[in-house]
Amino acid sequence: MELKEKLISSFMAFEGQIDVNSDLYDVRTSAIKNFELKGFPSKKEEAWKYTSLNAVLKHDFTVFPKHDSAIEFKDVKKYFLHEIDTYKVIFIDGKYSSFLSQTTHEGLDVCLMSSAFTKPKYKMVMDTYFNQIANKDETLTSLNTAFAAEGAYINVPKSKVVDKPIEIIYFSTGQENALMVQPRNLIVVGENAHVQIIERHQSLNENPVLTNAVTEVFAQKRAIVDYYKIQNDLGSANLIDNTYIAQKQESHVSVHTFSFGGNVTRNNLNFYHQGERIDSTLKGITIIGGKQHVDHYTLVHHAQPNCESHQNYKCIVNDSATGVFNGKIFVEKEAQKTDAFQQNNNILLSEKAVINAKPQLEIFADDVKCSHGCTIGQLDESAMFYMQQRGIPKKEAKALLMYAFSNEVIESIKIPELKQRITQIIANKLGVNLGFDL
Amino acid sequence: MLSIKNLHASVEDKDILKGINLEIKAGEVHAIMGPNGAGKSTLSSIIAGNENYEVSEGEIILDGEDISELAPEERAHKGVFLSFQYPVEIPGVSVTNFIKTAINEKRKANGEEEMPANEMLKKIREKSELLEMDRKFLSRSLNEGFSGGEKKRNEIFQMAMLEPKLAILDETDSGLDIDALRIVANGVNKLKNENNAVLVITHYQRLLDYIIPDYVHVLMDGKIVKTGGADLALALEEKGYDWIKSELN
Repeated sequence: MELKEKLISSFMAFEGQIDVNSDLYDVRTSAIKNFELKGFPSKKEEAWKYTSLNAVLKHDFTVFPKHDSAIEFKDVKKYFLHEIDTYKVIFIDGKYSSFLSQTTHEGLDVCLMSSAFTKPKYKMVMDTYFNQIANKDETLTSLNTAFAAEGAYINVPKSKVVDKPIEIIYFSTGQENALMVQPRNLIVVGENAHVQIIERHQSLNENPVLTNAVTEVFAQKRAIVDYYKIQNDLGSANLIDNTYIAQKQESHVSVHTFSFGGNVTRNNLNFYHQGERIDSTLKGITIIGGKQHVDHYTLVHHAQPNCESHQNYKCIVNDSATGVFNGKIFVEKEAQKTDAFQQNNNILLSEKAVINAKPQLEIFADDVKCSHGCTIGQLDESAMFYMQQRGIPKKEAKALLMYAFSNEVIESIKIPELKQRITQIIANKLGVNLGFDL
Repeated sequence: MLSIKNLHASVEDKDILKGINLEIKAGEVHAIMGPNGAGKSTLSSIIAGNENYEVSEGEIILDGEDISELAPEERAHKGVFLSFQYPVEIPGVSVTNFIKTAINEKRKANGEEEMPANEMLKKIREKSELLEMDRKFLSRSLNEGFSGGEKKRNEIFQMAMLEPKLAILDETDSGLDIDALRIVANGVNKLKNENNAVLVITHYQRLLDYIIPDYVHVLMDGKIVKTGGADLALALEEKGYDWIKSELN
């Protein structure tokens, strides 16, 4: 059976477990209808022109895992931050692991979507925010909405500065031959509140995984949200990340996406402005090789005056890997004095490496500053010669140059340990040990 | 120390060096002067191992070993240093980290242990003082946002740290004001001893007021056409290159 049919029939089974009288039931039903109508996206669609899911969808994915899996902390310790304490919301094969997690209800809620769906005390927040900013027309988002059962629920009240970062990690154990998971996260950050979040998806063995995640983030007035996505998964893991961010006036939201691993990765990152003097930052480093495929599909919707957005994506592609950057900036007529900046720099390291870069600017206001720049090149030979002349071997020289290329993005990581970890991953990825932290 | 024999080189099928012969002994300072496009920078790049040039004929011998087939880093490990006319910028890598890496790679290649941290720091302090460099400078990203003069000073600082056998200074005077020129030249002179050698590539004579050459060679159209002492540089400054051309004809 094709995965689409399997999902639709699974939904019928899933319906049996949910309350048919709740509002949510209608939301799910219309979502599955949208998916049934549209199915999985294909390359015929403009938005998926450069990314094919065909090969991924051939696996016989299990939609509801049969086993409960446990993992030992020592086996996954390396995926967590160590030097600083963090809140942790951890899932194993889509199910919550209380053993590995460290949630809280003191001063803020860091807990589970499964609770938020069922417990009355979350109802008001859920009614106000759940599925409000997610694109209801988008087929994969609809698919997630239909099945949404588990994920991280974070509610930071007004003026709360969260004392430590929140790590959200989804582990896949490989207990199933092939597993599809659909995490759903909801993050509400109150006025003047500040939070840092790290999200990661990690397979623990080579069995294929397809993750179709949806995250909704609501940043109220003057809220500050720093969101980091670490994509350094095994070569059998596929990720479709749909992130929707709604910002109220004077809020600052940044999303950094580090894409180093995985087979097919698609990042749909959408920012919607709902107030003035908003600041949005979208940055990414992609370093891929083999047959990896990473697609960044970004949208910044400027709907109000005096807002800024900054996009900076760096991509290094080796072997026969493919990198895609499709960055759309939409400036509505009302959004005067918009300052929208977009930069996308790419380095191709081999003959067969491919980059598809497509900036899209749609501007309906007449007093705006919008700029975009895109470069595709090779490593600078004169810089290589310079470093080799100083005695630094070719491989290390290459690594230093790639590091220098990514540096603008690395520099803006606000959690020092994370910055160190990312540079360490980059050094590992490049196969060098330079005797100092890059 | 360095012996270049009948060196021919080209880039993209264009002949640039057409039979260079040059002998440099330990303890000597040589200058190569010549008009623009004579092949001066090409010669320095080729000695350092730039792979963009094709050496079609000839040998480059350093301490009895032909180095013409070696990679740039291998030549560096054997003591060749080139001060670049246009040093590159490497964002995110500090001057200190860069030089530490360079020194330790050289030591590793020569079968030595890494330099202990305290020794490294002491040396960095010493050499940066010699070049009158601000301490803050050392933690900045390599050459990023440096003025022309700062870049050149940083080149000589790296040279002081690496203590090469053969230092090639390619147009080191360009972009330097008179104070910076004096500091840089003073740095080079302090590093000079009977075991190393310096090859100065320059278009103008003014650097040679500070770094006094034992020999001055005139490079024209890919060949060394005249060799003399320090006074030859003065004559070139005064009369230009045309008189040499007519002398040759």
